[in-house]
Amino acid sequence: MSGGVEIPVRVSRVEQATATVKRFSLEAVSGEPLPLYSAGSHVVVTMAAPDRKIKNPYSLIDRAPDGSTYRIGVLRTRDSRGGSAFMHERVEVGTELSITMPVNLFPIVRTGRKHILVAGGIGVTPIYAMAEELRRQNLPFELHYAMRDAASGAFADELVARHGDKVRLYRDDAQEIIAVDRILWRQPLGTHLYVCGPEGMIDAILAGGREAGWPDENLHSERFMAHVSGEPFSVRLAKAGVTTEVRPDQSLLEAIEEAGVDAPYLCRGGACGQCETAVLEADGELMHHDHFLTEEEHASGKKIMTCVSRLKGRELVLDL
Amino acid sequence: MPIKSRPIYPGLKLDQRARRHLVAAEGEGALAVLAIFEGKGDAAASATIVYTPGGSAGEDHAEKLADLKPDALHVMPSQETAIVRLNGLLGNAAMGTRLYAAGVEGFIGKVIASGLEHGVDHQSIYTEHCGSLARRVQCVHCKGMTENVTATPFTCSHCGLNLFVRDHYSRRLAAFQGVVVDCETPGELPEIEELYR
Ligand code: FES
Repeated sequence: MSGGVEIPVRVSRVEQATATVKRFSLEAVSGEPLPLYSAGSHVVVTMAAPDRKIKNPYSLIDRAPDGSTYRIGVLRTRDSRGGSAFMHERVEVGTELSITMPVNLFPIVRTGRKHILVAGGIGVTPIYAMAEELRRQNLPFELHYAMRDAASGAFADELVARHGDKVRLYRDDAQEIIAVDRILWRQPLGTHLYVCGPEGMIDAILAGGREAGWPDENLHSERFMAHVSGEPFSVRLAKAGVTTEVRPDQSLLEAIEEAGVDAPYLCRGGACGQCETAVLEADGELMHHDHFLTEEEHASGKKIMTCVSRLKGRELVLDL
Repeated sequence: MPIKSRPIYPGLKLDQRARRHLVAAEGEGALAVLAIFEGKGDAAASATIVYTPGGSAGEDHAEKLADLKPDALHVMPSQETAIVRLNGLLGNAAMGTRLYAAGVEGFIGKVIASGLEHGVDHQSIYTEHCGSLARRVQCVHCKGMTENVTATPFTCSHCGLNLFVRDHYSRRLAAFQGVVVDCETPGELPEIEELYR
């Protein structure tokens, strides 16, 4: 299954949250309430660009109490290959898009006794939803949010207004950095940590957690990697009997979809494992960018995660 | 034939990154504890050990554990009192504390259940099975627990029904399930089988 049921939606509101982040409210075209979801969920948004379909995952910030809308936050990335630029430039109130059912690869652990939420930049979107859910359930938590400067903390004011001193803000321009060892110090047994943000930040926080003697079961992260563009190459889908080109601005998965082949995916960010595909032949070097396969699997050259990885070379033959 | 729902105990391993070690041991489980702290004075100094000798009361395991010079050693008269002490320690523990359990299955199960109650994921608990293979079984009819069940069917120590031991393990109760075998013709029992052959 490739994302499953799609829900046609219409943009009902656009907020310019900061210079680089827009928040979009989406309502079902059918007028029906959107499904309930658990905090940490994302949807994959399909955008109909003139020449192609772009599919990007975005975390859900919230759902209106009556289910009439979902909100997503989109950062305009400088090297954006299409998705976020499209959302920023072409999408306005009234634009129709389509979303998948919400999928949660970053859930709150129910048995946890306390929860530490850590966000960097746009990584705040799932964290925002998690804080709200923890507040509703009256569970102990703290939230640490790092942003570039005061103007780029799209969610900072709202978070502080809703959660008060549970929220700590860190501004890069004021040399405020999240001191992992201080945060992790003397947390009660059964505490869970969740981090979403830039790669480097996630790695540092997780490393700090392990260093502090936290078991892996209590450390959770979500990485939404910007698509990795690269050189063009051609891909042959052995079972489907189709050969197509992967353009530089396109992911392997998108090219497969454009060729009319329904390939599996969930996160489109190299994390969930759903898009794992067997490599039959590779005339060139596999450029792995996922966080799912082990190093040995990467080295074996037998598997590829189509959502983020690609080939540097001439032709890739997949078991699809 | 391996039993699917039967828990697996991979063995104790010292987690070098843990800031503190909280160790619960029963009977022969002491030997597993001695093995992992052997020559690791620093780790032992940050360990709290709760030990109940159980069937190994005649041995000098408790003295050997004391020789490790742990931060604290609590020698308790029974599994129940050991678990009460463990719960007190878990209640005050901080993250970075690793939980270890070694001994008979029923004891390990109770330690895991205590861990779960304090928000510790069962996968982050190190366990080692030592000593008897006896099971702890809950009668599904009267809910009474019978310890040290080594054969099936057996007689429930509470309601007296003849129970067949199902291979279904409840992590929360730390017990297997016992279901009546002779409800149609009371007294007519299948041949008694020893568990774990
Ligand atoms: S879709 Fe999740 S790893 Fe590719």
